[in-house]
Amino acid sequence: MSSLNCDDCGACAGCGGFVPVENEELKQGSQIIVDVLLEQGVDTVFGYLGGVVLPLFDKIYDSPLNFIIPRHEQGGCHMADAYARATGKTGVMIATSGPGATNLVTGIATAMMDSVPLVAITGQVRTELIGNDAFQEVDITGVTRPITKHNVIVKDVKHLASALREAFYIASTGRPGPVLVDIPVDVAVATTKWTPPTEVKLPGYRVRTKGHKKQIEMAADAINNSKKPVFYVGGGVVISGASEQLRKVAQKANVAVTTTLMALGTYDQSRPESLDMLGMHGAAYANFAVQECDLLVAIGSRFEDRVTGNLKTFCPNAKIIHIDIDPASISKNVSVDIPVVGDAKYILSQMLDLVEFRERKEWFNYIAKLKKNYPLCYNKSDKYIKPQEVIEELYKQTKGEAIICTGVGQHQMWAAQFYKYSKPRHFISSGGLGTMGFGLPSAVGAQVACPGATVIDIDGDSSFNMTLTELSTAVMYDLPVKVIVLNNGYMGMVRQWQELFYNKRYSQSSLKNPNFAKVAASMGATGISLSEPSKLSEAIEKLLKEAGPCVLEVKIEPEENVWPMVAAGKSLHEMDGLDIFESMA
Amino acid sequence: MKHVISALVQNKPGVLAHVAGMFAARAFNIDSLVVGRTDDPDLSRMTIVVIGDNRVVEQVRKQLAKIVSVVKVQDFVGQDIVARALMLITINTPAEKRPEVLALIDMFDSKVVDIGQKFVMVEICGPDSKIEAFIDACKPYGIKSVARSGTIAMARNKRN
Repeated sequence: MSSLNCDDCGACAGCGGFVPVENEELKQGSQIIVDVLLEQGVDTVFGYLGGVVLPLFDKIYDSPLNFIIPRHEQGGCHMADAYARATGKTGVMIATSGPGATNLVTGIATAMMDSVPLVAITGQVRTELIGNDAFQEVDITGVTRPITKHNVIVKDVKHLASALREAFYIASTGRPGPVLVDIPVDVAVATTKWTPPTEVKLPGYRVRTKGHKKQIEMAADAINNSKKPVFYVGGGVVISGASEQLRKVAQKANVAVTTTLMALGTYDQSRPESLDMLGMHGAAYANFAVQECDLLVAIGSRFEDRVTGNLKTFCPNAKIIHIDIDPASISKNVSVDIPVVGDAKYILSQMLDLVEFRERKEWFNYIAKLKKNYPLCYNKSDKYIKPQEVIEELYKQTKGEAIICTGVGQHQMWAAQFYKYSKPRHFISSGGLGTMGFGLPSAVGAQVACPGATVIDIDGDSSFNMTLTELSTAVMYDLPVKVIVLNNGYMGMVRQWQELFYNKRYSQSSLKNPNFAKVAASMGATGISLSEPSKLSEAIEKLLKEAGPCVLEVKIEPEENVWPMVAAGKSLHEMDGLDIFESMA
Repeated sequence: MKHVISALVQNKPGVLAHVAGMFAARAFNIDSLVVGRTDDPDLSRMTIVVIGDNRVVEQVRKQLAKIVSVVKVQDFVGQDIVARALMLITINTPAEKRPEVLALIDMFDSKVVDIGQKFVMVEICGPDSKIEAFIDACKPYGIKSVARSGTIAMARNKRN
């Protein structure tokens, strides 16, 4: 028998000093939470304590769960998110009521936009206090309704196990997403009979994984009849685990493949038919090819504005096939000629038998010419270290095997452009929401998920500043995360926009940074500073050799820009920054 | 264009907030929304009148269907439906105008539910167009107040 007394805590609005009586048949709500986590195959949980989740943490104390405490709930949520992105499993984050729960908001929204399976468990004040503005009370289901796939408050311990099972089911199936379960403390300490899992029955939730046979045939026919087809691949292919099927179909049918930021690594970038990334900062050859194709096959991608540029002139002469598990994604932004609703892996395996090889010599000659004439490149400098060469050197030394995490901004785009990915789940980045500060916590989460892997956070100085406190988390758990801070002293991407569109009026876009190497050292990690271009290779070697967590701060050219660039409202082929090819010729 | 959408939803707390929040977040325009229980205590029916072109309404339908607690969504466009709304309306009726107003009420097949020296309260049921027409017809006498229910609808059954 265990007991819980409010006097032990004092910090919260109080659980009323419930002293639960346990007998063998009855289980306490907190124990049910732990047992459902274990039953769902969860081995690692991220979370932060607080008054109303104390009963739960008391049960976690005796559980075999591997528990990671971040320094801030937002960081923990990004860790659980990256853990899910790196493994494909569902990430779990626990937070207390009120501020603990609201600190999850950015992390949940990040996971929602990138379709990451995440279960967030929040404590809530006692049921009878709800609505009374109690201490640390917030209506978190109300707050997170638009940024979760589903959320629920459990007001009766009898429904707790089924609510949690449904949360895992909803989070991980169909188009995945975050699910929040809010649990008042009286429910967490109440007892009920344990019910073993049964099949989850949700009348309003159906997932269509098998695409319609006729639609798949029509899509395959269109590919066979196309002279200039392009596959435009998104994060859905990563989630579906369909990289292998994609490779087979693309190579059998002989089709060029471009990916979004979210799908980097789903298609081996060293292959000649790979067009690398498309979009606002995509490769010029990818954007040109998309604009000139006669058939665009979108697979697990959603025609986001950063990808398409001006929708009116996007892909003007092409028929469009859209394969997606989420019917609401189809014909949302562009009207689609052949929609196929279902799971990418299933549909691509069905298509493999139907597509036929076509040589398309002229089209591939044209693509080869584009790739030769417009490679991703930059002007070298003697004076400054160029951010692009840092990434190229890192790629060389890690042989393209590292798991790369990023913050958001210029460094993220350079990491996408100049590191080449050949495997899925090796590029972890906040695509949809564009969450600055995602880099370090996501690297910590990915390292927890993949203990033997080289995990590198390629970060910018401003992004790193937002969440660098999580370096202590890496130190505490001996996670050998590596960080490269590309320090240009600016919020680089907004500075680039101010340069291009606001007449170089750099309003509020520069920061006074701390000495990042010393910050790292003070937290118990290793810190290296670099500003001398000739020492770059040596410094990266040192970073990678370091046994524990290490931060390499690289002072880069302050006003370097990301090219090419499709300015807002421009068509995908109207790229700025192509003059670099003339200057290099 | 107005579309009538009917959604069967789970009768659970937060469902209305979820549906209404989705409309606001995605900038869809609601003309009216009516919710009430069905014969099954676990299910409620929402009837939502949406303004938008076909593309917008298709998105509304898909986004509604995506909400976990929404069980089934129907768009009645192109179908033969019965659509009805209810209105309570209080009209100024000075003694000399009373016979005129009562004749009007009779013409519209509506019903007096309360009466005073200078007013009548009328209950009227019908399609939106009939209710609009009744409001227009009452305007010359002066309308004190109006309460409208919004439209509920059902498709007519096929006759064999």
